[in-house]
Amino acid sequence: MTYDAIIVGAGHNGLTAACFMARAGLKTVIVEKEDHVGGAAVSLSLTPGWTYSNCSYVCSLLRPEIIRALELPKHGLQVIPYEGGAVFDSKGDYFAYMSDHDALRRELIRHSPRDADGYERYARAVMRQCKFIKPLLLRTAPDPASLKPRDISELLYILKRFHGLGAREMAETVRFWTMSIAEYLDQYFETPMIKAYIAGSGIIGTGLGPYSPGTAYVLLHHYMGEVDGAIGAWGFARGGMGSITQAMARSFQAAGGEIRTGAGLDRFIIKGGKVRGVALANGDELMADTVVSGMDVRRTFIDHTEEKELPQDFVKGVKRYRFRGSSGKLNIALDGMPTFTAAPKDASFLRGDLHFLDDMEEIERAYDDWKDGKWSASPYVDFLIPTQIDPTMAPPGKHYATIFVQYAPYELADGQWDDANREAFAETVISKIARHSSDFRKLIVHKEVRTPKDIEDQVGLTEGNIFQGELTFDQLLFNRPVPGYAQYRSPIKGLYMCGSSTHPGGGVMGAPGANAAREVLSDLGHRIDMGFSA
Amino acid sequence: MAATANPVPLVHLGLEPGPFHERLIAHNRQQAWMNWMGYASPSVLDTVEFEYFAIRNQSTLFDISPMCKYAITGPDAEAVVNRLVTRDMRKLKPGRVAYCIWCDEDGQVVDDGTIFRYSDTEFRLCCQEPQLSWLEDIAWGFDVEISDVTREVAGLALQGPTSCALLKDLGLAGIETLKPFGIAEFKIAGSEVSISRTGFTGDLGYELWMDPADALNVWDALVAAGRLRGLRVIGYEALEMARIEAGFLLPKVDFLSAQTVLRANRASTPYELGLDWLVALDKPHFNGRRALLDLSKKTPRRKLVAIEIERDKPAHNALVYHRKTREVGMVTSALWSPTCKRNIAYAWLDAPYGQSVTDNLWVEIYLQKEIRWQRRMARCQLVDKPFFVHPRRAATPPADH
Repeated sequence: MTYDAIIVGAGHNGLTAACFMARAGLKTVIVEKEDHVGGAAVSLSLTPGWTYSNCSYVCSLLRPEIIRALELPKHGLQVIPYEGGAVFDSKGDYFAYMSDHDALRRELIRHSPRDADGYERYARAVMRQCKFIKPLLLRTAPDPASLKPRDISELLYILKRFHGLGAREMAETVRFWTMSIAEYLDQYFETPMIKAYIAGSGIIGTGLGPYSPGTAYVLLHHYMGEVDGAIGAWGFARGGMGSITQAMARSFQAAGGEIRTGAGLDRFIIKGGKVRGVALANGDELMADTVVSGMDVRRTFIDHTEEKELPQDFVKGVKRYRFRGSSGKLNIALDGMPTFTAAPKDASFLRGDLHFLDDMEEIERAYDDWKDGKWSASPYVDFLIPTQIDPTMAPPGKHYATIFVQYAPYELADGQWDDANREAFAETVISKIARHSSDFRKLIVHKEVRTPKDIEDQVGLTEGNIFQGELTFDQLLFNRPVPGYAQYRSPIKGLYMCGSSTHPGGGVMGAPGANAAREVLSDLGHRIDMGFSA
Repeated sequence: MAATANPVPLVHLGLEPGPFHERLIAHNRQQAWMNWMGYASPSVLDTVEFEYFAIRNQSTLFDISPMCKYAITGPDAEAVVNRLVTRDMRKLKPGRVAYCIWCDEDGQVVDDGTIFRYSDTEFRLCCQEPQLSWLEDIAWGFDVEISDVTREVAGLALQGPTSCALLKDLGLAGIETLKPFGIAEFKIAGSEVSISRTGFTGDLGYELWMDPADALNVWDALVAAGRLRGLRVIGYEALEMARIEAGFLLPKVDFLSAQTVLRANRASTPYELGLDWLVALDKPHFNGRRALLDLSKKTPRRKLVAIEIERDKPAHNALVYHRKTREVGMVTSALWSPTCKRNIAYAWLDAPYGQSVTDNLWVEIYLQKEIRWQRRMARCQLVDKPFFVHPRRAATPPADH
């Protein structure tokens, strides 16, 4: 079969790129190794009556421009903001992040009047940085070494925006991009629990501790999303994260695209430095002069491309690109709503993200365990029960808990990720939660446990890194994934990258996919109308 | 270690009742509440029009308890306050109040408010936005104590031409000798009340400060005495009309605090706000002084001006044009003034408009006439603030009405 374009991997970025290309009139096919689309944005039912968001679990970063351009709401996507959140400490108290601004202020004052003021300063500082960075998401990162007019004008655009921040804020931006989240928060807050609550966004998915430089940027990465223009807000995709990729798949098919599931890639077919198509594991060969890989950069070029086709410096760049999986996930079916010792019954903050922490040091110690090749004895968990507002994922009165766990190593120092270790890992997490919720354990009906190794094996993310590579400054912008190859093109003509290994990085954002499609269409001489102005 | 404690109660959700809430409920026939720093504050109780005219004709009560209040006390209190604000606080005598602004290091206004000086070493700051951290930062290295007393002090604004007579009826001996911006201590129905001759209406009036435990007792005494003096409880909307007439600026409406702006160029300097008279560049170091020295020599890049507009439709949210074509600014507050019978507004104008160019300015007013919108270009001209001036505001002793 011959196509105009082949997309490898039906994750949200592959689907996004595919949608834009099909809409531009290209005869496009997606090949996917699993028998369902979605990559890390999936909703699967593993026990009757319950649906899990098996990997990614909350939505904020998905660019509104993409939702609109691909008509995802028409194809079934609903994003519902959730309210609140809280951290419980070991002394029986909590800090509740209240959605109502005045209630939040009262809650901050309950812990520290200074932190109430500090929160306002902090929120403004982060918002300023978000406003600076947001327009860069749907733009191709300029190559500073290039003299092409486009690169120069894009560099000038960034410089102009940077300069527009003013002297004080320029200094702040550089600090923000390089500091640790712990030191950053020390400038604004004094209450350990409040700092720990906020710091979570700086370490989620990242093989760094809260005192490691670069973690402030990771926090920013998690804040620059929005729900209906409310910047920093997070929501649930109704029906789980799979409803995002299901809507994308329908949008793609409505534009004439073809999806082949259960069709894993064997290798890219490359002749004379040009891509000619793909050879599938089942022996089929599909031909196209344009092939776009949604897989991470190591899978794409080390596992599925013959090294002799690639320049040595590029291969080196790919090999040194850091993944370092550090996260695990538990999905749990619950027979009812758990109660929390410290929380008043039906407290609205229980509908948000819950954590169990005393202070920053506890997160740092959790990180220390990971460095030693162990899962954290007292892990950072991001615990949500979406079924409090999403009626589609569990039977009435029953609940689904999504539990993201930081940190878990890809390789254990002692032993393998076998069933026994996986169970012990889950037990560590469950017993931590059970210390704050006495009925949690007995409500468990079914559980899915995913270690970084499982995430790699089942989802295809190298070392289980949820961002397709660490989000540190050395691997961002024109350095993502490899200097000189940050504009979605590879050394092989016609072979492009569109996964989270490329600018602007991970999270269910869709921006890499949209940006890659724009570059592909530009190379093919298409008049580019993405439906939004970047 | 298991968390075994009992549940920790939730903080108050939604609008919080203030110290006068029980009484306000009884008067609030419109059930119209607004959010003032998280407190339930009445926007209108009966009819805006009659509440407004009570300010200019009789007496009015307005709950100002939600104002942020900070006590600054100690041997270095004067030095700290003087470092905070741009006015020279060494000149503020005990028993006096001063309207002040304070700036950040770039000379951008953080907030405005009133400084009460109770003694050599005791000050209180009243303002709209929380300032605790800002004050603590400024007090570094000084022998001073700063505490948030917002919840420890209830406040009532008693404003209007009969307000002095009303207080005299309550037996407040000597209240008539209290000069504008003066403070004195009295007892009302047995409760200690600190009274300052201050307000947000530009009229004769007082602000009464008391222990929240005494709030209802004082309220009841005032309302009882007010029956003979035409006293009316008012909401925010009536006060808003009076404050525009009186020439007062409102944070978050006419200007934004440098602490809260996202876009750095949205903050404003005292010179842009026309508050040059509040800046004492000749006093020793204070926050923003160096930047203000520079700014004082430059033409402000824009200016908040008072304008009067032809015809009678208020210019809410209007854009301002030069020669009807070039957009040069925008209106922040607008009002048909029922007392002055003038169509008045505050507007930001970009330089040179409102400074060296003051003619041929127009505001674009959208009028809705039975659903249909009409656009009207109305000529406007720069005028002086305040719009409303009356000798009774400052007369000492004040007349009975």
